[in-house]
Amino acid sequence: MMSRFRHLISIEDLSKDDIVYILEKAEEFEPVARGEKKSRILEGKLLANLFFEPSTRTRMSFEAAMKRLGGDVINMTAQEASSIVKGETLADTIRVVSKYADAIVLRHPLEGAARFAAENSEVPLINAGDGAGQHPTQTLLDLYTIKKESRLDGLKIALVGDLKYSRTVHSLIKALTLFNAKIYLVSPESLQLPEEFLEELNGDISIASLDEVIEEVDVLYVTRIQKERFPDEEEYRKVAGSYNITAKMLEKAKDDLIIMHPLPRVDEIHVSVDSTKHAKYFQQAFYGVPVRMAILSEVIL
Amino acid sequence: MNEHLTISKIKEGTVIDHINSGKALLVLRILGIGPQSRETVTMAMNVPSKKMGKKDIVKVEGKFISAEELNRIALIAPKATINLIKDYEIRRKFKVNLPDVVEGILLCPNRNCITNSKEPITPRFKVSLEKDIVVAKCFYCGKKITEVDKYII
Repeated sequence: MMSRFRHLISIEDLSKDDIVYILEKAEEFEPVARGEKKSRILEGKLLANLFFEPSTRTRMSFEAAMKRLGGDVINMTAQEASSIVKGETLADTIRVVSKYADAIVLRHPLEGAARFAAENSEVPLINAGDGAGQHPTQTLLDLYTIKKESRLDGLKIALVGDLKYSRTVHSLIKALTLFNAKIYLVSPESLQLPEEFLEELNGDISIASLDEVIEEVDVLYVTRIQKERFPDEEEYRKVAGSYNITAKMLEKAKDDLIIMHPLPRVDEIHVSVDSTKHAKYFQQAFYGVPVRMAILSEVIL
Repeated sequence: MNEHLTISKIKEGTVIDHINSGKALLVLRILGIGPQSRETVTMAMNVPSKKMGKKDIVKVEGKFISAEELNRIALIAPKATINLIKDYEIRRKFKVNLPDVVEGILLCPNRNCITNSKEPITPRFKVSLEKDIVVAKCFYCGKKITEVDKYII
């Protein structure tokens, strides 16, 4: 069968049908991701991780997914990348590495880098984050977590924290509108969702405070206030820590509310939340593995 | 008519009429016509027009510019009309059509966009009309431009 897509650059390149398909496929891989079942479907295949920005979690998750399926991985770390950056263009790096491997996972600080890299790659390329741009595998694992731990149909979700700079949130909102979710935006004023982004969307989206919606929502999706996205330190300090979820705040919440976070967290979610039944962020991190298995097998095989 | 008093007729070449007033120089820039070009170019700015109030006109002598090139003009002058002239007569007359994609004409204003790096890359934009305004969206980073004339290379 032909792959549904050759490269995975942006969640916007996928139809709702494609997304549903990937999530179903991920479910089949879950026992393999847990180590309960063996699979060798990617035996003899080699994945190249090219990380021009540090991201241990995403890189290890791809590595785990590839190896659990019998494949192997070669890595270029951010440190090695910095020496490349001085001399070689991304275009050349991609041309060379696509001669070594069967697929490439790329993280790069510049927006649009993944689409450009795909144009220069002989093998499938998966975007693992390009600056403030896209991070589609995160979105797919978020959707998978919602599907498994809550519901995708008739969902009510509150997105909390940095809605301005968080690429995770932008991609997730786009995908959630495909599933007709009711979306509440909860953020400090300086970190609100950009107006031009909101204009593009057709969905049930409204700005709210956490207090107003905590009793109603199925999912609380909390994001980190990312220091590196701020123009200056003062601006960062003003808003950092302004959204801190504690176990006490959840007393009014629905019984089956789940809390998600792309991790790493700083202090957006107090450790007191970890032991509640609502905390799903570590489970969410695990789901990255079967979802990336589904993507890898789709583009490589 | 007034405009014929302003610029003389040309024997052969391309006349671009109904350019939004003040945009004639940008039109020439989009077409890559400048001091290095061999063609004789005449230009009129702020010509009174019944349809547009004021308009600019550009005449390029001895050159038939291709429709594909001319359509790029629609980015800044969506109402422009083209007359191809031979022996002082209009041989063909048409309106510019907004292209779906433009390459190498607009610069992305997003300084973190890959098109503004040292990579061997030509900026590419998807172009569309939204409520009569030309909107260009960067093919790579997704940045939207609504004032396209500010970002012409």
